[in-house]
Amino acid sequence: MTQIPPMSGPYLRKNKSVRRSMLLVMAALTPATAYGFYLFGWPAIILFSITLGSALVFEVICLLIAKRSVSMFALDGSAILTAWLLAISLPPWAPWWIAVVGSGIAIVIGKQVFGGLGQNVFNPAMVARVALLISFPLEMTTYMQPLVIFSEGAPTFMDSMSIIFGAGNFDAVSSASLLDTIKTDLGQGVPLGEIMDGRYSPANWILGNSISSIGEGSALLLILGGIALIFGRIITWYIPVSTIVALGVIATIFNLIDPSQYPDAMVHLFSGATMLAVFFIATDPVTSPMSPKGQIVFGIGLGLLVYIIRTWAAYPEGVSFAILLMNAMTPLIDRYVRPRIFGRTQKGTPLNLSEKS
Amino acid sequence: MLEAILSLTALGIVLGTILGLAARYLKVEGNPLVEEIEQMMPGTQCGQCGYPGCAPAAEGLVKGEAEVTLCPPGGKSLAAALAEKLGVEVDLSKMENKDKALAFVNEDLCIGCTRCFQVCPTDSLLGAPQQLHTVISDICTSCEDCIDICPTGALSMVVVEKTVQTWHWPMPKSHNKETTL
Amino acid sequence: MEIFDIQGGAKLDGRKSLTADLAIIKMPIPNILHIPLQQHIGAPAEPIVNHGDRVLKGQLIASSKGVISAPIHSPTSGTVKRIGDFTAPHPSGLPVLTLTLEPDGLDEWTELPDPLDMETATSQEIADRVSNAGIVGMGGATFPSAVKLNLGKRFNLEMLVINGAECEPYLTCDDRLMQERTEKTVMGIKVMMKALGVPKALIAIETNKPLAFKAMEKECANDGNIHIVHVPARYPMGSEKHLVQALTGKETPAKGMTADLGVVVHNVATAFAVYEAIYMGRPLISRIVTVSGQVIKKPGNYETLIGTPVSSLIELSGGMTGTPKQLLMGGPMMGQPLPNLDVPIIKGSSGVLALKDTEIKDKNVMPCIGCGSCVMVCPVALLPLDMASRIQHDDIDGADTIGVRDCVSCGSCNYVCPSHIPLVQYFNYAKGSLKKQDVDRRNQDRMKTLAQNRALRDEKNLLALDRKRADRQAYKAAMSKMISNKPDSNDKGHETDNGLDIK
Repeated sequence: MTQIPPMSGPYLRKNKSVRRSMLLVMAALTPATAYGFYLFGWPAIILFSITLGSALVFEVICLLIAKRSVSMFALDGSAILTAWLLAISLPPWAPWWIAVVGSGIAIVIGKQVFGGLGQNVFNPAMVARVALLISFPLEMTTYMQPLVIFSEGAPTFMDSMSIIFGAGNFDAVSSASLLDTIKTDLGQGVPLGEIMDGRYSPANWILGNSISSIGEGSALLLILGGIALIFGRIITWYIPVSTIVALGVIATIFNLIDPSQYPDAMVHLFSGATMLAVFFIATDPVTSPMSPKGQIVFGIGLGLLVYIIRTWAAYPEGVSFAILLMNAMTPLIDRYVRPRIFGRTQKGTPLNLSEKS
Repeated sequence: MLEAILSLTALGIVLGTILGLAARYLKVEGNPLVEEIEQMMPGTQCGQCGYPGCAPAAEGLVKGEAEVTLCPPGGKSLAAALAEKLGVEVDLSKMENKDKALAFVNEDLCIGCTRCFQVCPTDSLLGAPQQLHTVISDICTSCEDCIDICPTGALSMVVVEKTVQTWHWPMPKSHNKETTL
Repeated sequence: MEIFDIQGGAKLDGRKSLTADLAIIKMPIPNILHIPLQQHIGAPAEPIVNHGDRVLKGQLIASSKGVISAPIHSPTSGTVKRIGDFTAPHPSGLPVLTLTLEPDGLDEWTELPDPLDMETATSQEIADRVSNAGIVGMGGATFPSAVKLNLGKRFNLEMLVINGAECEPYLTCDDRLMQERTEKTVMGIKVMMKALGVPKALIAIETNKPLAFKAMEKECANDGNIHIVHVPARYPMGSEKHLVQALTGKETPAKGMTADLGVVVHNVATAFAVYEAIYMGRPLISRIVTVSGQVIKKPGNYETLIGTPVSSLIELSGGMTGTPKQLLMGGPMMGQPLPNLDVPIIKGSSGVLALKDTEIKDKNVMPCIGCGSCVMVCPVALLPLDMASRIQHDDIDGADTIGVRDCVSCGSCNYVCPSHIPLVQYFNYAKGSLKKQDVDRRNQDRMKTLAQNRALRDEKNLLALDRKRADRQAYKAAMSKMISNKPDSNDKGHETDNGLDIK
């Protein structure tokens, strides 16, 4: 009847669980991912499956080594979600070993060595992405022109197997992403207007018929997924909105100062990993601050860092670096940005009634 | 090369001088830590720690001879405070909060010899020669000094039973490594 | 009227429909009554009857001890069977001093005091009557009500707030009381206003109780000083400080009382008890208890004698359909688990819940994923996840610095946590440990002073002894010089004796 030792109340629980949250995030990612499969065809699907499968294997091995409950943790959805996020941020035709190494880094180094679920300091998917980007820059920046699945010229399943496993040669137009191109060409003194000419149309970016990673193609679908998560109360609006505002504002300012050097806010917001990151990666509960105020600080910092890294650092895509840097800042933000406790001042002393009135 | 060597040397000389001056002019007399720690101790000089009193125990702590968990009357809270003060790591979870026990006089055995209240550090034992002695439980420090001195074994330590007023919720039982928060 | 926002809070599944439409039923007298002598916050009452005495209904059986205490009266006529330890309705399952009464079935009243004339009664007279009737806060806090009715003396009060929010799920006892005993409750409220000397009263009722709202509004239609206010059904609206914030927009300072803002809050059931004491002269000997949960055959609101064993209450109501997964006294959010079915109903027991496992949804505890849901719902704006992790790592002082003592244990964080971490228990554990630490520290300081005093005294005695010895030696030397060189054996013996004496 009553347990010994007794368990304290409350004895009601909201119908929520870690697994349910993870599944809902995956559900929100599904449209953008499915669209990525459609755009990039079988290679993307195969790469995605390899990433998820190997992540699960790594997770189970780690749990066995740590002697923790496999049934409880391996199926909590966190490893699959991590692998999912990593997979859709890979170039669609990347070789199989990129997927396996990435999964290993994400699960083993990014998550399990910290103590597993909830203990990691950095977002595991971003740890893997950055590690891959630095170690294998060629594989990680070779993007493809979209070849819609089942269309003429698109690789068949067997073609795709050989692409991913590196057995055969398949003719396709490889290309650099827009941010890559801007970075390289600007560096060679080509004016921005010329670079952008014909390569950039906002409609394309938003709908997602572009050169990108598997799941980053359609900003629109990502935004819709993110909004669904906000309304489903899985994530809060604080980080997405503050990041978008901060990135938009700083991009607009520099664009106004010198339009020939600095692309406008639209380019920054709708290209690359921005939308994927602000809705699905930066909002990772484990590695973002706990209080709403802290999350806003986090979002602003993230937006500014993304811009700074993209514009002045060596890497054209700054999102993953920016996220890792802000992850590192999170404990600090949590320490200093705290809500004001009921009946107390921000400093923690009880409210003084006579002073107030 | 030469520049680097010169500038580093200069830097070394300047900083060294500053440190030397600081050591001379900002010198602290004695060891204030011992005093501070003695202040934190219960101060009943009960000797349960093996030192003859709280001051020697404080010295022992500062010298690193003694564990911060040495003081039974101070309990877990004192150990935590000492660990923080001395900057040592200590696993307090193993130090169970010992059930508080108080001295108790068995009235059938007490002969009124007065020895017990001569050793009681807080005057919590009362009585007169040839009359029964008794314990004021409010101010008994659980030092057990009286137990050994009693010639008839009339004194014993009796564990204080928990009441609804003193009970509090225990740590949740899910307290394990599976679910580190 | 404008309702102000309160921070955080959770929207709960009320589950009140089980009992909300059922009229209050008077429970018959059970075979045995166990009346604990501590049913309130403060010092336990002291029994004034003996084993074997016959007592009458309403007779004083234990008197209050000290300012913060409440007397206890016999719920019916009968014989005192035993005065001794009996398991309390408390999660610890520890015993408290309890008076066991065997009812004789006659239900014979003692002589009751005359009703107070409200035209002439002074504030002190009202408070005294309430105090003598043993009335305590019936929302569950069980703070002696008379103390809170006397606050007009120390504070500049503006209004009385009657708490009819009843924000805990399942419970409907206040809802039914307001619907069925409207007139008496409002009369009780007017008495309280007079005792406090306030011109205005607000009765706060959550929007999920439209019938109670209507009934109270009708009753107070002609009274310009009492207003009925709808407050949103958001847990924990019934928390005193939050209710005051919702009604006035003002925030009670930490460690302060709502009286600092000029507001005193009383529960609506307390108002009814006050009515009974003032107009009928009756002490608090029974209360309305919601008996609910899916294991209960006939859920409902039962007017129950204080001291009725929970088992009798459940049996008399119709019994249970099986073994409950959780047996509770109070609501499911802040209620306490019961150690067994024999424990009695006390003055603060608003409900007895026997819950099925499907109602509880007890799940595996997972690690914290830092989702911040708990931060969003905390009505006190704490960081529950941070506090819990510090407490888990034995850093209770660390949890203290970030406000664990401000936690009201409402359980909102626990309710929304997707990892099902027993947050409230961590906080209750920490609060209990901190309280113990405070007591220990205070005791230690006191003992330190005692020990120092003793040491000083010992030192003085030794000094005095030394001086005595020196004097004696000087005297001896002088004597021996004066008379002869022969030593006096007697003197020596004396000295050793003396030495022993002090040693």
